[in-house]
Amino acid sequence: MNKITTLDELNAVKAAAAEVVNVRVEGKSDSGVKDVLVCGGTGCTSSGSMNIIKKLEEEIERCGLKDKVNVIKTGCFGLCALGPIMIVYPEGTFYSKMEVDHITEIVESHLRDGVPVKKYLYAETVDGDNIKSLNDTAFYAKQHRVALRNCGLISPEHIEEYIARDGYQALHKVLTSMSQDDVINVLLASGLRGRGGAGFPTGRKWQFAKASVNDQKYVCCNADEGDPGAFMDRSVLEGDPHAVIEAMAIAGYAIGANQGYIYVRAEYPIAVERLEIAIKQAEEAGMLGDNIFGTGFKFHLGLRLGAGAFVCGEETALMTSIEGNRGEPRCRPPFPAVKGLFGKPTILNNVETYANVAQIILKGADWFASMGTEKSKGTKVFALGGKIHNTGLVEVPMGTTLRTVIEEIGGGIPNGKKFKAAQTGGPSGGCIPPQHLDIPIDYDNLIAIGSMMGSGGLIVMDEDNCMVDIAKFFLEFTVDESCGKCTPCRIGTKRMYEMLEKITEGKATMEDLDKLEKLCYYIKDNALCGLGQTAPNPVLSTLRYFKDEYIAHVQEKRCPAGVCKKLVQIKIDPAKCKGCSACSRKCPVGAITGEIRSPFTIDQNKCIKCGACIATCKFDAIKKG
Amino acid sequence: MAFKKSAVPFNGTAEQEARLNKVIEEHKNDPGALMPILQKAQDIYGYLPIEVQTMIAEAMDIPLEKVYGVVTFYAQFSINPKGQYKISVCLGTACYVKGSGDIFNKLQEKLGIGSGEITPDGKFSLDACRCIGACGLAPVLTVNEDVYGRLTVDDVDKILEKYA
Repeated sequence: MNKITTLDELNAVKAAAAEVVNVRVEGKSDSGVKDVLVCGGTGCTSSGSMNIIKKLEEEIERCGLKDKVNVIKTGCFGLCALGPIMIVYPEGTFYSKMEVDHITEIVESHLRDGVPVKKYLYAETVDGDNIKSLNDTAFYAKQHRVALRNCGLISPEHIEEYIARDGYQALHKVLTSMSQDDVINVLLASGLRGRGGAGFPTGRKWQFAKASVNDQKYVCCNADEGDPGAFMDRSVLEGDPHAVIEAMAIAGYAIGANQGYIYVRAEYPIAVERLEIAIKQAEEAGMLGDNIFGTGFKFHLGLRLGAGAFVCGEETALMTSIEGNRGEPRCRPPFPAVKGLFGKPTILNNVETYANVAQIILKGADWFASMGTEKSKGTKVFALGGKIHNTGLVEVPMGTTLRTVIEEIGGGIPNGKKFKAAQTGGPSGGCIPPQHLDIPIDYDNLIAIGSMMGSGGLIVMDEDNCMVDIAKFFLEFTVDESCGKCTPCRIGTKRMYEMLEKITEGKATMEDLDKLEKLCYYIKDNALCGLGQTAPNPVLSTLRYFKDEYIAHVQEKRCPAGVCKKLVQIKIDPAKCKGCSACSRKCPVGAITGEIRSPFTIDQNKCIKCGACIATCKFDAIKKG
Repeated sequence: MAFKKSAVPFNGTAEQEARLNKVIEEHKNDPGALMPILQKAQDIYGYLPIEVQTMIAEAMDIPLEKVYGVVTFYAQFSINPKGQYKISVCLGTACYVKGSGDIFNKLQEKLGIGSGEITPDGKFSLDACRCIGACGLAPVLTVNEDVYGRLTVDDVDKILEKYA
């Protein structure tokens, strides 16, 4: 690709690429060309989408359709549960759970003869003879895509396709017609808050960094998405990497920095590869480099790989890690805007925050501020996971209720089970009980009910999940990930974990519950960084909403959900037991005894709760409880 | 975190050492070079035994303690060698609520090793990992590059058989 130095040249590339992209965006194809989009995100790649692409290309070649059909590997469409996903444009038909064996039929019938193969389509899009576009399904209809607008629509490995979607127009606008303060003022007016967790106003961060006087400043991107169960940042990097690159260049201009770093998890190999390609293409096109758009503005971008430390999502720890040290946080102030990476003024925003920036510059602060609630503007991406039908990525305006996200977009809980709690904010967040399902989601509301936005993981739990066990699970994570620098976190979280272990083993007293709560507040007040200060949240929120479960563990020595092994009892229902002795022969510890043809019993002192008897019983007579 | 000294002795080759020295030479003067160098060193040797850490410390002219400190801080760096088949079970939240903890326990029992350890024949190593981002397929485990999703405890035997 040639270097782009003027708006005319950028628009020429845009016009040429628009013809290609419009088959998908506008849903029209004058030439009769079809685009077949196959998801190349991590979820679908794990379920085999690369083999689908290979087979598609072979079959298209065999049927002589090479000039009529383009196969495009995109980023995540969002509906990971149905992967691998394939969409055929211009009509937008949606094939789900693709298998290599289906390809020949689809290529011959749909791509060659124009008849979609209904039996392989996503069932919700088929309504008798009508085939709906994916945009009309319950999963997509309620969504509003800003940060994810290009994900699953363009090829992330071709900068031209990003340019066709107004890419790098915002960077040109900023460099040629806006002052540094103009840019910052637009961001302030838009109300954009950091999408990484705490929700600090982005414009204010940039303002502080601009005000710091120094010969060298840095722009950093936090792509070390560490919350287990959150994968929106990865999807943006995999599906639309240029959106992040453009925004970082804009940030560089606004604060007066000429060097940026993206700190990305090494566990995300696809995202790393696409970022490497995108940075190279942006350099070739002159969107990164020494004299961008001939304005004399200079901006370079480097990648740094994280190495699997959750604490490196904390801003000071992340910068310490880029410097090549153990990623331990340090006290603030001085804030990074004054003294950050290599001791220089630095801003750090997360991926999703950057993904909004170019849109705000182009469409204006008012457009962005028109979405969302009073104090939380715009949209938020959530990674839906756990006990829910449509696991995947959803982007909704701030202020949408949890009920809409879980029941309408997410399709509710599978297997007819009852909703118990939604966990947001990962190890720093809390569990939201059914009575708060109708609260509009925004930063402040979530904090008020004892959780937090976090990066946007949303894990749904049903009646089979034990809330004490979940709290213990998060604590185990924090104990593991605590960097060890400050005592409240290093020792405090370990003690909390031990108390929870006592509770789940039925050895705790009510006094321990009080102690646990006190320790929570102590750690909250005294830990050095955000990781430690928020570590007690999973315990505090479950204590607040599910105290009866804790009490059942402590007083009745019972786990109501039947999860905590030490408290579970396996029992034989005498009414159903035929006395066949199959279970007693299977039992590895000889805990089951009885007379043939009369009900058997389990000696609870010997039973190790392995469940072998349950699997053996043909009469469904043995139950956990 | 506690580390056991590996039972498998270090046997790096001269060729590996030459590659490592080349990497160090290329990156030595970059700001924050230690992490990228360690990452490449782990690509070359498969793990970072004390012998490799010593080579890096000497070539970069920094204390071995500093190298060791960084290596032991990050979960991605391993002081123990990995097996011919690296098994990682995702214990991220989405997988955990769908039962990946039971799958991990079954593997520990079957292989007779704990997290971060390797079977004496060098065939399997077992790790718990945090969210590989395939939450739609939960619960998930990986064996080298192969991903297995939507698992139940009963699938464990079948998967191990494939690599036996």
